[in-house]
Amino acid sequence: MIEQTLHSLSQFYPEIAIVLTLCVIIVADLFTKKESYTTGYIFLGGLVITGIFVVMQSGQNESVFYDMIAVDPFAIFFKVLLVLAGIFIVFFSLQSRELKDYKSRIGEYYMLLSGMMLGMMLMVGTTNLLLMYLAFELTSISSYVLVGFTKKIHKSAEASMKYIVYGAVSSGVMLYGISLLIGITGATDMYGINAALVAESGQPLILNLSILMILVGLGFKAAVVPFHFWAPDVYEGAPISIAAILAVASKTAALGLMIRFFTVSFIDADGLMQTGVWQVIEGIHWNVLLAGMAALAMIIGNLTALMQDNIKRMLAYSSIAHAGYLLMGLVILSEEGIASIMIYLFIYLFMNLGAFYVAMLFSNKLETESIEQYKGLGFRAPLESVAMTIFLVSLTGLPPTGGFIAKLYLFGAVVNAGWIWLVAIAGITTVISLFYYIRVARNLFFFKPAGKLMPIKFELGSKIFLFVLLIPTLLLGIYFEPVLNFAKNSIQMFGM
Amino acid sequence: MELQILGIGILTWLVFLPIVGMLVVLLLPDKNRNAIRWTAAIATGAQVVIAGIIFALFDRTQLGINEAESFQFVEQFSWITVDAVPWVGRIEISYFMGIDGLSILMVILTALIGFIGVISSWNIDKMVKGYFALYLLLVTSMMGVFVSLDFFLFFIFWEAMLLPMYFLIGIWGGPRREYAAIKFFLYTFVGGILMLLTMLALYFSVAYTDPATGQSVHTFNILHMMNPANYIEGSLLAGIDTTWRYVAWMALFINFAIKIPLFPFHTWLPDAHVEAPTPISVILAGVLLKLGAYGILRLNFPIFPDATLYFVYFMAALGMISIIYGALCAMAQDDFKKLIAYSSISHMGIVVIGIAALNTQGMVGGVLQMFNHGIITAVLFLAVGVLYDRTHTRGLYDFGGIANQMPKYTGIAMVGMFAALGLPGLNGFVSELFSFLGAFEAYKWIAIVSVTGIIITAGYILWTIQRIFLGETPEKLHDLKDLTAREIMMFVPLLILIILLGVYPSPAIELMNTSLSHLVEFVTMGGS
Repeated sequence: MIEQTLHSLSQFYPEIAIVLTLCVIIVADLFTKKESYTTGYIFLGGLVITGIFVVMQSGQNESVFYDMIAVDPFAIFFKVLLVLAGIFIVFFSLQSRELKDYKSRIGEYYMLLSGMMLGMMLMVGTTNLLLMYLAFELTSISSYVLVGFTKKIHKSAEASMKYIVYGAVSSGVMLYGISLLIGITGATDMYGINAALVAESGQPLILNLSILMILVGLGFKAAVVPFHFWAPDVYEGAPISIAAILAVASKTAALGLMIRFFTVSFIDADGLMQTGVWQVIEGIHWNVLLAGMAALAMIIGNLTALMQDNIKRMLAYSSIAHAGYLLMGLVILSEEGIASIMIYLFIYLFMNLGAFYVAMLFSNKLETESIEQYKGLGFRAPLESVAMTIFLVSLTGLPPTGGFIAKLYLFGAVVNAGWIWLVAIAGITTVISLFYYIRVARNLFFFKPAGKLMPIKFELGSKIFLFVLLIPTLLLGIYFEPVLNFAKNSIQMFGM
Repeated sequence: MELQILGIGILTWLVFLPIVGMLVVLLLPDKNRNAIRWTAAIATGAQVVIAGIIFALFDRTQLGINEAESFQFVEQFSWITVDAVPWVGRIEISYFMGIDGLSILMVILTALIGFIGVISSWNIDKMVKGYFALYLLLVTSMMGVFVSLDFFLFFIFWEAMLLPMYFLIGIWGGPRREYAAIKFFLYTFVGGILMLLTMLALYFSVAYTDPATGQSVHTFNILHMMNPANYIEGSLLAGIDTTWRYVAWMALFINFAIKIPLFPFHTWLPDAHVEAPTPISVILAGVLLKLGAYGILRLNFPIFPDATLYFVYFMAALGMISIIYGALCAMAQDDFKKLIAYSSISHMGIVVIGIAALNTQGMVGGVLQMFNHGIITAVLFLAVGVLYDRTHTRGLYDFGGIANQMPKYTGIAMVGMFAALGLPGLNGFVSELFSFLGAFEAYKWIAIVSVTGIIITAGYILWTIQRIFLGETPEKLHDLKDLTAREIMMFVPLLILIILLGVYPSPAIELMNTSLSHLVEFVTMGGS
């Protein structure tokens, strides 16, 4: 038993590293000067070490801590994404103007970020419903506080409050669902649930009800319609760095958890990967339900984004729409669908963070997040504006950017699975999305600046970091074989 | 046939020279405007030279269309290969370019118009660097579409055109440029999405067996999509005359019809033309519209011969409506540029009824009309631009008696206008004649109705000539300068072609005759 635990610990280094980082940040915060960046760099270092441990795990495929957590290629892929997102967010935070007013509490900020990272990394690895709930709550509670971190700003406090209320209700509903599921199957881990369901598929009503309830919690985290109402207010109120991590990392973790939960718990052991995994659950046509949610998310997200003036609100609705696109992959839930979700998330990381980053740079210098105020910026900050255009075009899905490849594979998977109406909606909404994305580019370039043509100066560091996000966005549009291979090799889940 | 310069295939040079020029332009300092202009001129000029070499070396007897071996100047490299993915087998995207009789005229046209566009851009003073960078990107992507034989590559080039065009209209355009730019963008993007979905459906339906390894390979190769044997049993687009094949044909067709533009997808065109700066109008009318017709010939016809035969009347009917409707609309305009924009719709309608005839005369006439129309509208838009630069108006009723003031200009513009009218001896006549001959053979009534469009065309062209060049000169239009040397330089090559192809069109016809006859045969035999 000790042996098993020790072995499990040896597979748990990334999580241990992030916990240690958290502790070091707390201690360091006591001893360093309040105005320094030390804690930020400690967090960065901790993330890099975590990242190294994650990479060292590659190729593992096992379950540790008595089927609590799986260390498999699937989890490792998502952890890589999360750590990357975390590292980028540190650079965001170090440059953020909004956070400068709260320097004395910045240690707290990074500590909470570490907690959130830990929660998300557990979310993508867990195979046990109890741990799933704990990880979920760890992520949520950290992010509630982070959203309200700039508490002197009215909107930020309001956003945090809304997020808490909404989050508490959804996770409560989810917990109820989890308890029902455990009650009817008598198991807490997903493999046990699967075995129980395959053995006897009685009580479809309660089963369906419990899954619906769990879906509420997961849908809330991924910001899918109809559980998306928190997103715009929260994104708008939160500091940009936190809005970015919610839009990218949080969504990634939630999707990872969703995929694993549905595949592992509800697949027929005979391997129905080709046709979908929904056969075990009778009653509701789950893939039709999910397809409906995806379609709604695409339609509502994109249509509402048309009317936004605040760039963060616009990106919030755009992220709802992207959750809809991603959900299409879940509808199919064949290996192909999962791989295309993973490719999408990988590319989405760079392009969406890029858009948030430029929005933050502009907000730092101009103290505005209004798209209307961007008029003429293309002449004052050419590099940043061109980069913004490329990120937004990539989010639209136009070649030759990475966003096109992401959409190509996702749409391809959906076409191949025969969901033509769904992909048609996706296509139409993509056209709609062009309109609001390109509106930003229009404001940047089509208007002469109102006053004198004063170039805005950005630090060299910010320009370099911009290229760190820009180059993958462009490169993945023309050379994406590595990502395909990475995703292809990472669809393997433990026990599947 | 293969031809390489410095170890790199000639088509790669042809397509990517402007990108090289773009990089140079981006590195040049903002102030050095003439260096930027010259860089653009050299890059596109070199394209013309390469196009000339291709013209000289092109083997007129090769078939092309669906036979990989008979394409010329072929370059084929594996671009993305993902081995043995469990769910779809091997994935393959290749960098596959080649030229046949269908594309060679378009390649020459693109090179020529691209170069002339640079000359006519010489007097653009606003953000010169950004302008030429986008312009060169646009030229690369247009050229890329004409030589791509891999659907994926085709699609990338196709969509890469949109963004530069959007900014070129939106930043350097006229008063309503924003509206025109976004309208153009949205229209073409809708088409792009339709094409994307069709491409995906084709990709999953088509797999060829790799002779080396015996693996089944999914591919974007357009030529493989033309072979009915490559369709996987039971896949979405397998079979003949199935609903999904019709749907796929329609989706592709709508995409291309938007670009042509055919009635009722044409409404973006007048706005885009009126607001775009002169060189961009020239590119739009000269090359971009041809992409639509080219796409139909390259993709719709040979990939879906069954659906093509089913829809051919529908296509011809749309062509007929475009001819008449475009001409009538042109008649009603009092804006010179809008008039030419509508005349483009009318003339592209002739292309469509020509190729929809599905016989060699019609097809040759249609493709030749694409080339001729490119040349003629380029002249006309340049002529509008010249006049606008001097008078800052395009209102047809604001002019009069220009012939006395600008004799050289009048001479050149008249040639262009008479060519558009279809005067025998000028190039427009030949291609229109062939198109109508072919159409008459295939469907008499549509052809007969369409020909009345010529009369309306004569009406509005003669009326325009009267309003602009003849009559009393208004007070404010005195002291107009005649053409400068630069302006003459941009007209001359086009005029030579107009007259040359009017008197002796065989060099152009010889280029494409073999391929197009093969295409006709291939389609009418139902793709076997």
